[in-house]
Amino acid sequence: MIQGEEAKKLHPTLSYLVQKQSLVVPLIAVLVAFLIGSVLIALQGVNPVGAYQTIFNAALGSERGLLRTLEKTTPLILAGLAVAVALRVGLFNIGAQGQLIMGAFFATWAGFTFTNLPALLHVFVGLLAGVIAGGLWAAIAGVLKAYRGVHEVISTIMLNSIAIALLDYLVNHPFKEPGQALPRTVPIFETAQLPKLGFVPVGFLLALLVAMFISWVINRTTAGFQFNTVGANKFAAAYAGIKIKYIVVASMLLSGGLAGLGGAVESLGITYRFEPAFNKGLGFDGITIALLARANPLATIPAAFLVGVLRSGAPSLQFDYGIEPEIVDLLLAITLLLVAAPILGKLIFRKYAKKSETISSGWGS
Amino acid sequence: MSKFLTRHQKPVLWTLLVVFIAYGFYFWDSVRTTSILNFTLSYALPLILAAMVGIIGERSGVVNIGIEGQMLFSAFVAFFAAAATGSLIMGAFLGMAAGLLAGAFLGIAAVRWEMDQIIAGVVINIVAAGITSFYYTPGKSLPAIVPRIKIPVLSEIPLLGPVFFNKSVFVYLTLIIVVVLQIMLFTSKWGLRTRAVGEYPSAADTAGINVFRTRIFNVAIAGILAGTAGAYLSLDAAGWFERGFTAGRGFLALAIMIFGAWNPLGAMAAALFFGFASGMASQLQADEVINIPQQFINMLPYVMTLVVLSFSAGKVRPPAAVGQPYKKEG
Repeated sequence: MIQGEEAKKLHPTLSYLVQKQSLVVPLIAVLVAFLIGSVLIALQGVNPVGAYQTIFNAALGSERGLLRTLEKTTPLILAGLAVAVALRVGLFNIGAQGQLIMGAFFATWAGFTFTNLPALLHVFVGLLAGVIAGGLWAAIAGVLKAYRGVHEVISTIMLNSIAIALLDYLVNHPFKEPGQALPRTVPIFETAQLPKLGFVPVGFLLALLVAMFISWVINRTTAGFQFNTVGANKFAAAYAGIKIKYIVVASMLLSGGLAGLGGAVESLGITYRFEPAFNKGLGFDGITIALLARANPLATIPAAFLVGVLRSGAPSLQFDYGIEPEIVDLLLAITLLLVAAPILGKLIFRKYAKKSETISSGWGS
Repeated sequence: MSKFLTRHQKPVLWTLLVVFIAYGFYFWDSVRTTSILNFTLSYALPLILAAMVGIIGERSGVVNIGIEGQMLFSAFVAFFAAAATGSLIMGAFLGMAAGLLAGAFLGIAAVRWEMDQIIAGVVINIVAAGITSFYYTPGKSLPAIVPRIKIPVLSEIPLLGPVFFNKSVFVYLTLIIVVVLQIMLFTSKWGLRTRAVGEYPSAADTAGINVFRTRIFNVAIAGILAGTAGAYLSLDAAGWFERGFTAGRGFLALAIMIFGAWNPLGAMAAALFFGFASGMASQLQADEVINIPQQFINMLPYVMTLVVLSFSAGKVRPPAAVGQPYKKEG
C-alpha cells in the first residue's frame, strides 16, 4: 500500500493516482496493449487506426452490433466472476471453461426435457440446472483440494478436458439431434428461452445483478469475510476458527455455479441449444477478465465488456482486412501480461508501486 | 554396481519385473506387444521431458504452470522455422531457443519481479496461445521427416530393439537427459545447490549460494527442455502444427512429476505408465475386446491424473520452498 507520510509530499493529483493504481494500471495496460497491437497490425500491412475503428464500429456502431456485444459480454461477466470469487479465497480456478460448458449443456438439457412448465418457471429450472452442474463440477476440484491436497490448477484443467470429452460423447450419442450431421442437441422449448427487454438481453441484466450480489457477498457478509480471510492468510483464518476445508469447497461450488450460470445464460438466451462449437474459450477469457479486474466483482463488468467488444468486433476485421480474429487473443494476452507482471506499476509509480500480491503458494493444501 | 543395486533395490526389481512381463506378452503376441510399447514411448516422451522441466523448476523452488505454453510456443517456432528454412535441425534449434526464452521469462517474473508464480505460468500459457493462434498459417509442411537412427547390435534385440533402439534422436536425447538429470540432481554440486535453494533458500543464501541466480538459471535451462519437447511434438511425433496443439500435456506432466515424487526416474516411470494405459486402451478398443466410446478413451489420461493425484498428492512431499518468492532479510 501507499506509505502515508511520503504520499503527502506528492502533488494531490499524483497521490490520488497512486492510491487508485489498481484502477490506473489496468487502464494503461489496455492502452499499451492496443499500441503494441497496432504495431502488430501495421506489420500485417493494415492501417491500425482503420482496424480498430472497424472493431469498435462493428461492436458498438449499430443496434445489432451492440446486441451481439452484450450477448458476448454476458457469459464473460459470469466467467470473470467465477474466477474472481475463487481468487478471493486464494484458489486459482482455471477450469471455468469446463464448468461453463457443463452448465451450458445441463441448462439445455432442462430446456428440452421438461415439458408443460410455465415459461418463467422453465427458465428458472434451466438456469438452476446450469448452476448446479457447473457448481458440482468445480466442487470436485474443491473436495480434492480440501481433503486430498490436489492442487486446483491441475485438477480444474483435467476436469476441463474431461468435461469436453464427456459432452462430446453426450451430444454424439444419447442426446444427438436425430437426422443431423452436426453433433448437437435438439433446441430447447420456447418456454425455456430467456427473452430480451427491448434490445437488451435479460441474461445481461441478470449478469449485472449477479455481479452486484457477489460484490455484496464478498464485501459485506460474514461468508465474504471468511473467504477473504482464508485468501489473505489461511493460518490466521484457521486460528480464528474458520473451517478452511469447508470454505474451499463452498467457494469452488460458488465459483463453478457462476461459470455454470454463464453457460446456462448463453444456452437459454442466445444459442437455444447445445453445440460443442459454441462457448469456446469463454472460461479462459474469464481468467483474463478476473485478473484485469484484480478479483474485484464489480470491476469484472467493464473488463468483460472490453473483452466482449473485441470478441464481437473481431470477425468483421477479418471480413474487411483479412486479419485473423485471433488478434484478440494476442491483444488480451499482452494486456494480461502487462497487468499481471508488475512492470507497468514499477515504471509509472516507481517506489510507490504496489507489491504484486501473492495469490497462491506452491502445492501445499 | 553392487552399491547401486543395494541402494535402489525396489526400482531395479520393478523394472526387471516389467521387462519380464513384457517379454511374456511378446512371446504370446509379438506384433501387438511391440505396437503398444511403441505407442507407450511416443506418448510418454513429451510428458517425460515436460516433467523434467517441472522437476528442475520445483526442485529449485519455482512452480512452473507454464510448461504447456512453453511447449506450445516452441512447437510452433520449431515447426514454422523448419518449414521456412527447410531445415529440421534449424527448426529444432530455434524451438529450443524459444523454450529458453519462455523459461527465462518465468524465471525473471517469478524471481526478480516476485510475481505470483502460478499467475506467471498462466500468463505464459495465455500469451503462447495468443501468439501461436494469431501467427498460425495453414498449409505449411516440413521439409523432411525426422530420421530414425538404428543403433547397431542393440536394435537387433527382440522387443527392446525396435522399441528403444531404432528411434529418432529425440528419444535418445530424452533418455540421456533423464539419467543425467537423476545423477546430477543427487550427486553433483549443481544438484545440491538446486535442492538447497528449493528446500531452504535462506540457509542456502547463508552458505553463499546466490538464490536468485540459481533459480533463474535453472528455470531458463529447463525451458530448453520444454523447447525440446515442443520440437519433438511438432517435428517428429506429429509432423504438423495446429492451434492448441499441446492439448494439456504440460499439465499432465505436472501430475506425473508429483506422481514420480519429483525424481527424474520416477517421473519417467509414471509417464511410461500413462502411455501404456492409453496404448492398451486404444489397442483393446481397436481389437474390439472392449467397446467403450472413443470419448471415454480420450478422457482416460485426465481421469487417471485425478485419481493418481488424489492418492499420491498427500503422500509425497514437495520441495519445501516451492512457490515462495525468496526475499533477502534485512
